[in-house]
Amino acid sequence: MATKSNAAAPAAVKPTPVEVPDVPVSKWLPPVLLGWLIPGGGHFLLRKHARGGLLAFAVIFMFLSGIMMRGATFQKPFFDMMDSQQPVDLLTKVINTGGFIGNIMTGLPYLMTAWFSYDQPDVAGHVHDYGTKFLVAAGLLNILALVDVFEIATRKKD
Amino acid sequence: MPKMSLTHFEASILFALLTSIVLGIVTKKTDRERLRYGLYCFGCFVFAMFALSWLMYLGHG
Repeated sequence: MATKSNAAAPAAVKPTPVEVPDVPVSKWLPPVLLGWLIPGGGHFLLRKHARGGLLAFAVIFMFLSGIMMRGATFQKPFFDMMDSQQPVDLLTKVINTGGFIGNIMTGLPYLMTAWFSYDQPDVAGHVHDYGTKFLVAAGLLNILALVDVFEIATRKKD
Repeated sequence: MPKMSLTHFEASILFALLTSIVLGIVTKKTDRERLRYGLYCFGCFVFAMFALSWLMYLGHG
């Protein structure tokens, strides 16, 4: 009886180790960095031209649409919040930090807006509001593209 | 930079289209699967858009 219960114990089942391909950082870091800086650039570096082109189109077009809708970027509210002596509530912190991360993950398009002093004030209106969301969403889509680049570079995906 | 002025519907369709392209590319392994998944995502976005629009319209009274 005791032997039977021991055989059914969950400790007897050994978990299969997950195989992680041993790919050096120098193989995946350049495409990931290029993909961050220029959306779709990492795919081009890895010779996935069609996918890179479509990703570049989607991310850059979404970002440009956001700019043309006069969406707000989170650079100024984010840095104002960092410098502020006033206590800032948690929701505002989450929105501003998340928005800033979303913006900066677009890479060069976002950096160019900062360099060219694009500073749209936050005004009421659905078009402007969509623009702000489009600017953040472009960065979030680029994060997905970066994960794809990483998986291709580490040979987890073709 | 020219100004773009879209309705709610146009902006939502544009968002759905661009997001579906990326989701289709990054999640699947073959081109056929990518196309099918991209179309599926786009369909889901459009369905959710209409469903939520009707829900808000009816809920508004």
